[in-house]
Amino acid sequence: MAELFETISSLAKQLDAEHVSSRELVEDAIARTERLNPELNAVIALDKPGALAAADKADKARADGATSPLLGVPMLHKDIFCTRGVRTSCASKMLADFVPPYDATVVKKLDDAGMVRLGKCNMDEFAMGSSNETSFFGAVKNPWDFNRVPGGSSGGSAAAVAAGLTPLATGTDTGGSIRQPAALCGITGLKPTYGRVSRYGMIAFASSMDQAGPMARTAEDCALALNAMAGHDPLDSTCADISVPDYSAGLEQSIEGLRVGIPKEFFSSHLNDGIAATVTAAVKELEAAGAVIVDVSLPSTDLGVSTYYVIAPAEASANLSRYDGVRYGYRCDSPSNLQDLYVRSRTEGFGEEVKRRILIGTFTLSAASYDQYFMKAQQVRRLIAEEYQSVLKDVDVIAGPSAPNTAFVLNDDSKSITDMYMEDVYTIGANLAGLPAISVPAGLVNGLPVGMQLIGSRFCEAQLLNIAHQFQRRTDWHSLTPNLEGLTG
Amino acid sequence: MKWEKVMGLEVHLQLSTHSKIFSSSATAFGADANIHTNPLDMALPGTLPVVNHAAVSQAIVFGLGVGAEIGKVSRFDRKNYFYPDLPKGYQISQFFEPIVKEGVFDVPLEDGSIFPVRILRAHLEEDAGKSVHDCIPGHTGIDLNRAGTPLLEVVTEPDFRTAEQVVAYLKALHALVTYLGISDGNMSEGSMRCDVNLSLRLEGETEYGTRTELKNINSFRFIERAIHVEAERQQDLLESDQSIVQETRLFDPDNDETRSMRSKEVANDYRYFPDPDLLPIVIDDETIERIRDALPELPAVKRGRYTTELGLSQYDANLLTQDRATAEFFEACCAASNNPKAAANWMLGDLSAALNKEGLTIGECKVTPEGLSSLISRIDDETLSSKMAKTVFEDLWAGEPDVDRIIEHRGLKQVSDSGALESIVDELIANNPAQVDQYRAADEGKQKKLIGFFVGQAMKASKGQANPQMLNQLLKQKLG
Repeated sequence: MAELFETISSLAKQLDAEHVSSRELVEDAIARTERLNPELNAVIALDKPGALAAADKADKARADGATSPLLGVPMLHKDIFCTRGVRTSCASKMLADFVPPYDATVVKKLDDAGMVRLGKCNMDEFAMGSSNETSFFGAVKNPWDFNRVPGGSSGGSAAAVAAGLTPLATGTDTGGSIRQPAALCGITGLKPTYGRVSRYGMIAFASSMDQAGPMARTAEDCALALNAMAGHDPLDSTCADISVPDYSAGLEQSIEGLRVGIPKEFFSSHLNDGIAATVTAAVKELEAAGAVIVDVSLPSTDLGVSTYYVIAPAEASANLSRYDGVRYGYRCDSPSNLQDLYVRSRTEGFGEEVKRRILIGTFTLSAASYDQYFMKAQQVRRLIAEEYQSVLKDVDVIAGPSAPNTAFVLNDDSKSITDMYMEDVYTIGANLAGLPAISVPAGLVNGLPVGMQLIGSRFCEAQLLNIAHQFQRRTDWHSLTPNLEGLTG
Repeated sequence: MKWEKVMGLEVHLQLSTHSKIFSSSATAFGADANIHTNPLDMALPGTLPVVNHAAVSQAIVFGLGVGAEIGKVSRFDRKNYFYPDLPKGYQISQFFEPIVKEGVFDVPLEDGSIFPVRILRAHLEEDAGKSVHDCIPGHTGIDLNRAGTPLLEVVTEPDFRTAEQVVAYLKALHALVTYLGISDGNMSEGSMRCDVNLSLRLEGETEYGTRTELKNINSFRFIERAIHVEAERQQDLLESDQSIVQETRLFDPDNDETRSMRSKEVANDYRYFPDPDLLPIVIDDETIERIRDALPELPAVKRGRYTTELGLSQYDANLLTQDRATAEFFEACCAASNNPKAAANWMLGDLSAALNKEGLTIGECKVTPEGLSSLISRIDDETLSSKMAKTVFEDLWAGEPDVDRIIEHRGLKQVSDSGALESIVDELIANNPAQVDQYRAADEGKQKKLIGFFVGQAMKASKGQANPQMLNQLLKQKLG
């Protein structure tokens, strides 16, 4: 039997050596999920028969000589990825009964690589949130402290990996939804360049920023998963037709002489002091590995949040118009007419945060406010992207904190909506500029994980993974695990 | 007071691609409900549009056909509104940067003159589905077969002043798109839909009045009528000092009136914004030139060639170029008979009458261009008189394909042998001395009338096969 908190690369070796079978791994993962999940609430659909069948198939393939590093390894998908025949809800009442007739490209690619999907992860409703509290299926708990949030929107994915349910879960990141929960749960999460991974079959929130990526224990595992996930897809016009390098190949390269930029705006008053110290120490570690640390400036950082919260809701307001109660999804009881059908289906089917963002987006796109809000936000977006590009001419990567806070307590009424939006202050820039970024565990503050974020140039995921891997070779923050012994019930 | 109508048109052309504009579903017409749909057409979550390049090429073809500038970079935008037949809750259209920009389209009018219409823009968009009210009792069904069909919306400047100009424009547009092969332009099936923006102003006035939009009128005849009726309505209001409400109105042909389409006055805010799912369409000069080189000869060029090279009247040239099938029939006929004027006369005369009588289009014509051209050749080589030719034409129409076989079978050969004719004429003169005397005594004017008797008798004697020209000449010679 494999140990808990294993990585993909270690499981692959054990599978190759026939120390364990995929079926055993999957049975263990199911058992662990059934034991921990009632409290954790990270998983909202478990497909036992499907997982066991896929595990047997993988075992047979391996016996027949196949040796993909992902073959037979169990994983989970964020419930934003359409899975044929398995309910895909986006954690919304609106899609609580929706069973897609097709697989998302990401799902298909990981299937093709032989991974075994156990089920689907909880998330903020339609990926709108930074705490995983907006899910129709209830909040997810942070494995490090059950009174705290795991972050969001890929909170279920982060918590599942952190709790050792599987070594990999997929996430999506529109404004930080992979990196912030990865930071808050002490795992490694990569948001690839916009266009690196297909969005087909991934339920849209803000189409110009949504990007799928891997969430795992290590950068090495993220590289393995990205090898399978990335690549051109004719079904997504925004998916780049650029060849996919072997992301595992360059992990061991030295980072000596690499220039790492530290933007002073990432260490402003928003930032928790403990996190500032932790990330500063992590940067020192990169310096010790030979990296050259350079002070840089991204002056428009503070404009990012307002820019994002104009553009993302605007796109979302249109993306979510299809949920109208007409063809599929939630429909209100006995509508009296068409208007009533629309109004009540959407009022009852969407949660509060989703409705807030639809309203914001509808407002910012309206004729009277388009120039003042949407156009202006597009201009600022361009400005922010140019700032990143110009800094990245001078340095190889940008480093800083992934989030301004460690995991905050659940149901904290003192935290306002805008406080919540500020959670994304350091992650949003990479989404607005379409850049790849990774969050790696960098230490603990008061027993809670802290993430360091690295942001790179477009399609330079290999470099980010290389630096993150070298950091993880020198540190063991990524090997820390929460104590879940109280939940052995 | 004399009122002047000011009109601009928006025409939706359904492009003739095999698949939809953003999905691989077929665009076939007339299938069972929701057969031609896939997850994208139903707007299932996570589906993404991918542009059909055939639709883009056809839009470029159109742009070149109306001499317009092609947008080197054009974009798709989302037009947001809720309607059950609009599955995504937004229509993908081109609002900010259309693929076809300004151009001038020359429209031939009935009198043979040319009316230049300024094209403001033409943009690509997807069609909606349709609501079906009679398939599920008590419910409205939605059929998404049509959803996603590629449309090209062609918008003109307000250049029209008369209904005749509007109809001429639509006919020319129909001819153009069928020539180009980018749309079947079928109005009754909705492949060509027309909205008319109409306002009135006093003659001499330069400002525009408040306009109304007449929607989806599906025949040339109704368009003319709808314009007339709506202009009268507006005139009555203006002359009684009432104002025009800017609104969309529907023409009701049964009651011969226009009706306001919306009971409440809702100003629609479509919240257009660039569609983040689609990349800009970037078109380079090379692509444009390649498409230009492959264009067929356009109606305007054909019209010019028919008048200058073939010697046809402007009027005939306009008629023969009004659709591609007619022009192709004509040209095939000319190629074989080498007598364009005769081909034009036959096509616009007997052939057109026969088609009209049976309600057929030129595509369904029962006579082939080869059949008609060999008929013309037999007239030209004097085998047939024009009267005999009509009989032969009737047989062609009835399904006998070979002109020479008809001639032989009916024994219709024209007698052009001067010896044979001479003996008939001599016999006539010998047998009718009184008429001959009368003719010889008459003046020139009267003679013209009197000769008819002899022609008639000679024809009778020759069983209608005498060559009339030769006969006339011979009679004049012998009687004179």
